[in-house]
Amino acid sequence: MKVKDIASLLNAEIETDADLELDVMSACGADLMSDVMAFARDNVLLLTGLAHPQVIRTAEMMDIKVVVLVRGKKPDEMMRRLAREKKITLLSTKETMFAACGKLYSAGLTGGGGCD
Amino acid sequence: MSGTLLRLSYELVPGDLALAGEASSSVKKKLTQLGLKPEVIKKAAVSMYEAEMNAIIHAYGGTMKVTIDGEKIVIVVEDKGPGIKDLELAMQEGYSTASDNIREMGFGAGMGLPNMKKHADRLDIETEVGKGTCVKMVIYLQ
Repeated sequence: MKVKDIASLLNAEIETDADLELDVMSACGADLMSDVMAFARDNVLLLTGLAHPQVIRTAEMMDIKVVVLVRGKKPDEMMRRLAREKKITLLSTKETMFAACGKLYSAGLTGGGGCD
Repeated sequence: MSGTLLRLSYELVPGDLALAGEASSSVKKKLTQLGLKPEVIKKAAVSMYEAEMNAIIHAYGGTMKVTIDGEKIVIVVEDKGPGIKDLELAMQEGYSTASDNIREMGFGAGMGLPNMKKHADRLDIETEVGKGTCVKMVIYLQ
């Protein structure tokens, strides 16, 4: 699923735009960055309620190219700057974690590359 | 044995927690430039990032030294912090002594050391209460 379609499905705002044409195969929803590092597999999109620059750092380490902030969380300037620097697309949506994951899953984002 | 390809050394300065992870970021970039396999790079990236965060969170900084030769990546993170009282307990998933502000960053859930053990091919920890901790991790290229 293309990032631009994900953004539209979640009615998300595009905070930083690295590559909206990127195709994402699966997703991982977590607020705990150590869990993301323990369980996320390749080429996932990360959904999180944590708006902190360390989320971008974790994404960088895990080669995660797209991060979606849920529950109306907004990135601060430092998080935005780091995302731009690391070429990570950062979206924000008012959807809850449960609803955002459900919408993406129903739309076909069911690839087995997310959290175990 | 083949010769050393790259030797890197970083000071881990506590300072701004929001920006912690710069050293790991820089090493990851260099490993990518060397053309190492993505799965090897990821194992090294996660291990050193968790170790870097630990040194900054618990020990007010330290040093990180990375050596790469033809067969392995060796990461040594050393600090002069408080040391680990009960290493066996600290290795258990879920055990943590981190404060609330660390938890707000998505860390401090007692996954750091288990994550290092999971991703590194070898993990050796030497620690002494009141003196500091030295974490040595090895990731094989093949």
